[in-house]
Amino acid sequence: MDPGRLTYMANQIARNLAAQGAAAVEATCQHLRDFWDPRMKAAILGGSRAGLDPIARAAVERLV
Amino acid sequence: MVVHTQTPRLEKLRRGVMELYISDHPLDCLTCAANNDCELQDTAAEVGLRDVRYGYDGANHLGAAIDTSNPYFDFDPSKCIACSRCVRACDEVQGTLALTIDGRGFASMVSAGQTGDDFLSSECVSCGACVQACPTATLQEKAVKEIGKPERAVVTTCAYCGVGCTFRAEMRGEQLVRMVPWKDGKANRGHSCVKGRFAWGYANHRDRILTPMIRESIDQPWREVSWDEALGFTAGRLGAIKAQHGARALGGITSSRCTNEETFLVQKLVRAGFGSNNVDTCARVCHSPTGYGLSKTFGTSAGTQDFDSVMHADVILVIGANPTDGHPVFASRMKRRLRQGAKLIVIDPRRIDLVRSPHIAAAHHLPLQPGTNVAVLTAMAHVIVTEGLADEAFIRERCDWDEYQDWARFVAEERHSPETLEAVTRVPAHDLREAARLYATGGNGAIYYGLGVTEHSQGSSTVMAIANLAMATGNIGRPGVGVNPLRGQNNVQGACDMGSFPHELSGYRHISGSAKPARCSNRTGASRSIPNPACASPTCSTPRSMASFRAIYIQGEDILQSDPNTHHVAAGLKAMDCVIVHDLFLNETANYAHVFLPGSTFLEKDGTFTNAERRIQLVRKVMEPANGYADWEVTQALANAMGLGWNYTHPSEIMDEIARLTPSFAGVSHARLEAEGSLQWPVNEAHPDGSPIMHVDGFVRGKGKFVVTDYVPTDEKTGPRFPLLLTTGRILSQYNVGAQTRRTANTVWHPEDLLEIHPPMPRTGASRMVTGCA
Repeated sequence: MDPGRLTYMANQIARNLAAQGAAAVEATCQHLRDFWDPRMKAAILGGSRAGLDPIARAAVERLV
Repeated sequence: MVVHTQTPRLEKLRRGVMELYISDHPLDCLTCAANNDCELQDTAAEVGLRDVRYGYDGANHLGAAIDTSNPYFDFDPSKCIACSRCVRACDEVQGTLALTIDGRGFASMVSAGQTGDDFLSSECVSCGACVQACPTATLQEKAVKEIGKPERAVVTTCAYCGVGCTFRAEMRGEQLVRMVPWKDGKANRGHSCVKGRFAWGYANHRDRILTPMIRESIDQPWREVSWDEALGFTAGRLGAIKAQHGARALGGITSSRCTNEETFLVQKLVRAGFGSNNVDTCARVCHSPTGYGLSKTFGTSAGTQDFDSVMHADVILVIGANPTDGHPVFASRMKRRLRQGAKLIVIDPRRIDLVRSPHIAAAHHLPLQPGTNVAVLTAMAHVIVTEGLADEAFIRERCDWDEYQDWARFVAEERHSPETLEAVTRVPAHDLREAARLYATGGNGAIYYGLGVTEHSQGSSTVMAIANLAMATGNIGRPGVGVNPLRGQNNVQGACDMGSFPHELSGYRHISGSAKPARCSNRTGASRSIPNPACASPTCSTPRSMASFRAIYIQGEDILQSDPNTHHVAAGLKAMDCVIVHDLFLNETANYAHVFLPGSTFLEKDGTFTNAERRIQLVRKVMEPANGYADWEVTQALANAMGLGWNYTHPSEIMDEIARLTPSFAGVSHARLEAEGSLQWPVNEAHPDGSPIMHVDGFVRGKGKFVVTDYVPTDEKTGPRFPLLLTTGRILSQYNVGAQTRRTANTVWHPEDLLEIHPPMPRTGASRMVTGCA
């Protein structure tokens, strides 16, 4: 898995859901939970979160 | 009042008319292709015409030249009786208005296009409606002339687009003579297009591979082998890879061209045989946003209406679709409704044919900048909300009111006004406002959309934005309204329904099984739960991730051509130890394959397709498979070579299993489809006769959900290095990657792909727009 690509994808999802306000983090987390391959989830959980936008970072942390 | 239709006087008059007709008609019945299939011949016999008093030496049309320009049918004016049926068919059924009666009196002659045109150079779209309407052999299929009169017919379903036309496949022995649109077909109502009607020659094309082939590595030549050897080789490789790398190293891609039953078996093979959820389908790159967006907002992953619904629409909004080219038979019905007076809004960067064609002119064409769908739809929502045009009664009754208010506040923000967003969308604010007002207040508003929505960034958001508009205006749950995705391939709806995505089992049951245990049953009733979604399509993986993906079974899809980023897909395939291609032809993907399993055409198998209106229709075998086996039999043989012990004897048994496992298919069986012609899912206890229109009394999910959709600009921007903005479009005569249509005479209309280059737009500076074809 390319960590940079996964970060990019997570940020894209978060940006599209950002307008949901307070629900955006949970919506992003649920999206990752429902649609991402286990290898993708494991990779983003195990990788650096430096490039993640705030919503995406919070969603990944909730994914744990 | 009593009307007498049979009297001696009338009979004499009729005989006289027929006598005049026959005096100017070739007397070649015995050698005519329409012999015994000719209304003129039948009527002459009915009226008892035995003699022509006028003789045959007078002025006549017998020497008129035959127009053979069309690759599929001839026009022989010497046999024309100027009845005008062909003209009416072109006008009223097809809606192209390519034909007319040229001249007056004795000189009257059917004419295609302008003076000097022949059928090929005219505006004729070769739908075949004129040929079907012709009572004589004036317009006659070349195949009938060459092969002879059909002896038998089988009603089946077309394997081209998502309209799902039914046809009588007329056969002579084991040879297909012609496909005639079936008048009782509920999707096409007796109409057809050039592809379904005529472009079936690929089925017996010399390029078809009929013998299995294997090779150790992709740099070796293919070696023809027996089915047993090919399946043994494949099962051995898959087993070894699974043993060494685990179940997740194996996956499969189902085909949206194959039947529901075949698709179901492929995903079952992956889940129950390979042991993973690594299954995917072409909808990954086309209509997965439809599944996601409509599921979130309405609760189902499909369109809301049947095709008949369009005849009740007052305002038709077409966004990101080109129905006259992509879904021509449905487009003909849409055009008929437009000619009756319905208003049309087209949202598309291109001036598609619908914008202005004979007797049709869009009330509004919003030529948006590609990539700004969400911005345009949010701006329309802004107008509807801020001008008080929303249907509050509908929303309060049918939707979540709090969610609506959140959404309404969001779209009402000034940053979403047409005037503010004009800089982004390039749609004049005034036009957009007028279009929004028309959609909201013009009566029944129906939205039709296609890949211009779903194959763009923010595809899912756009689908939800469309659903928001429909709910906000109360345009859901009755004839004439709704949200209607125009699905691309013949069974792409069915492939999605059958559990072809990694995260869903048949009927869109998420594999996490939150409501019910996710089951992947085998015939013995055993079930297994597979808790994690996965991914099979190289499109959604990275080359590095492919390192853990070692084998793939691809049925009926040329992913190297149809998926984006060819280099990416090629790298993924090249990294694999076993690529199995199950197809009609050695396609581009097969360049990376180790096993080639010959496929069967739709003419060679039984099963069902599900079209864009959720209509499940029978596909009937009209000839034996040239390769020896229908595709479902090949998948079963592969499963059994892997030790799965499947023993289906007919696709109807597979459908029975689908019905047992899939709530929305609970009432579907081949026997019922045989008796009723077709069924539109859901077919279950609540809807025993199916569901032509969904969400009639309430949304499937309960309350309709308004989802806030914010415009997020695409990362793919133009600039000095990449100055061109590319987008794709449809071509009437061609289909998908051309595997089928490029092996037919349809290439006459489209010998090669072209880039259509828009003139530089002064307002956009360096940006230019180029349109390719798909």
